[in-house]
Amino acid sequence: MNRPQQVNLDWPATEAEIRALEAGDEVFLSGTIYSARDQAHKRMIELLRSGKPLPFKIEGSCIYYMGPTPTPPEETIGSCGPTTASRMDRFTPQLLDAGLAGIIGKGNRSNPVQAAIRRHGAVYFYAYGGCGALYADRIVAMKTVAFPDLGPEAVRELQVKDFPVIVAIDSRGRSIFEQ
Amino acid sequence: MSEISRQDIFTRVYEGIRELNVRIPADVRQALTAAYAAETGLGKKVLERILENIELAQQKQRPVCQDTGMLLAMITVGTGVILTGAEKESSGAAQRHFIGDIIEEATEAAYRDGFFRKSVVSDPLKQRTNSDTNLPPVLHYELVPGDGLEIALMAKGFGSENCSAIHMLKPTAGKQEVVETVVETVRRAGGSPCPPTVLGIGIGGTMEKAALLSKRALLRDLSDSHPDPWYAELETEILAAVNNLGIGPGGLGGGTTSLAVKVETYPTHIAGLPVAITVNCWADRKLILCWPPEMPGTTGAEGTAGPAESGRTE
Repeated sequence: MNRPQQVNLDWPATEAEIRALEAGDEVFLSGTIYSARDQAHKRMIELLRSGKPLPFKIEGSCIYYMGPTPTPPEETIGSCGPTTASRMDRFTPQLLDAGLAGIIGKGNRSNPVQAAIRRHGAVYFYAYGGCGALYADRIVAMKTVAFPDLGPEAVRELQVKDFPVIVAIDSRGRSIFEQ
Repeated sequence: MSEISRQDIFTRVYEGIRELNVRIPADVRQALTAAYAAETGLGKKVLERILENIELAQQKQRPVCQDTGMLLAMITVGTGVILTGAEKESSGAAQRHFIGDIIEEATEAAYRDGFFRKSVVSDPLKQRTNSDTNLPPVLHYELVPGDGLEIALMAKGFGSENCSAIHMLKPTAGKQEVVETVVETVRRAGGSPCPPTVLGIGIGGTMEKAALLSKRALLRDLSDSHPDPWYAELETEILAAVNNLGIGPGGLGGGTTSLAVKVETYPTHIAGLPVAITVNCWADRKLILCWPPEMPGTTGAEGTAGPAESGRTE
């Protein structure tokens, strides 16, 4: 099979679809994902610890590390590129244990995160860093679902269409950052 | 003596900040375009998206990046400058406002009107509550002889700022160790600061002086080189060394990890060699405003801030 390949993928994706992705593949995501970054992660981990439900169904979900600019009139969302993933490394293994299946961010991950991705057959996508204006056109609906007091860091449900990413760490733990 | 109106400062800073976040400077675009031509593979793909994003942002007047930064202003003001009037016609009570107050008002208004993200928390540790205004900015003043005023603005994103570092090297360290220190900082940063980055490097002075020089270095045109050939060569050498790491655009591999390296220096103590590195993302948002407008490089922000020049200013 020719690699890297271009894939159109609907999210939530099946386990087989996720396992078929290989590091370096270019993926165009469509479907439902959730935004969450630093403070939202901190709160979600606290919820998990105290046995309370998370703001969305974590099993099979995909989290996008992103905090948008305010939405201008007549737009769906403001600029909305990825933030640095490594800041979430301390929380990610627990979320993967809870069923998280996909992650979108920028930059490399820690070894424990990479191992947890492999263990759970999940996937980490690289989104183009700094390309906030471009991603604004690929999000077609947005709804705040938790922590509105966090402003740009609130958890949002996002409908994406042809959202361009690259498979950075695949389900077998192979990474594009190790060359 | 020269009179500068508060309203004029407000208007130009306000418009400057609005532009800062939606338009990437020409020298940066040029460097990115050249990198795109040189790269292959995933690195080229990243640059393709970056250039597409820059076009789209300008065309739709959208922030280039959702991290519209903490506003940084380096203010160089001549001792002969007198401020007149109020910054806004409506605010009659603002007669006593100094330059920093005007910049604050312009920052709040520009971040609100531009739909830029408010990314500043009022307290760094205790509460971390968003100020909702993007205030305060970080202001650095320099007082210099003369009648000119220069306000250099940057919208500093923190993906890259988090990768910045300062190292207090031994005075006997020498050039090679400086190069290695920068390379190690860039290596650790990997893909996190949104490469291809721009590196501002401050060498000498005290710890905070080196840090300030590293910020000032970022104001230089990417295509220039240090006026001292020895330091110009150091810039070239560091650039080659970091690009040799292979981190590449977005951290996905390639020969362009940094677009440019700018070094600024200051005399230092016999016992030390401070080296500060400010890492900036490819969205290198910078703008220099001058009064009078055509007066170039009031303070050396044009890349000539050698020790002698910086020395007389403080």
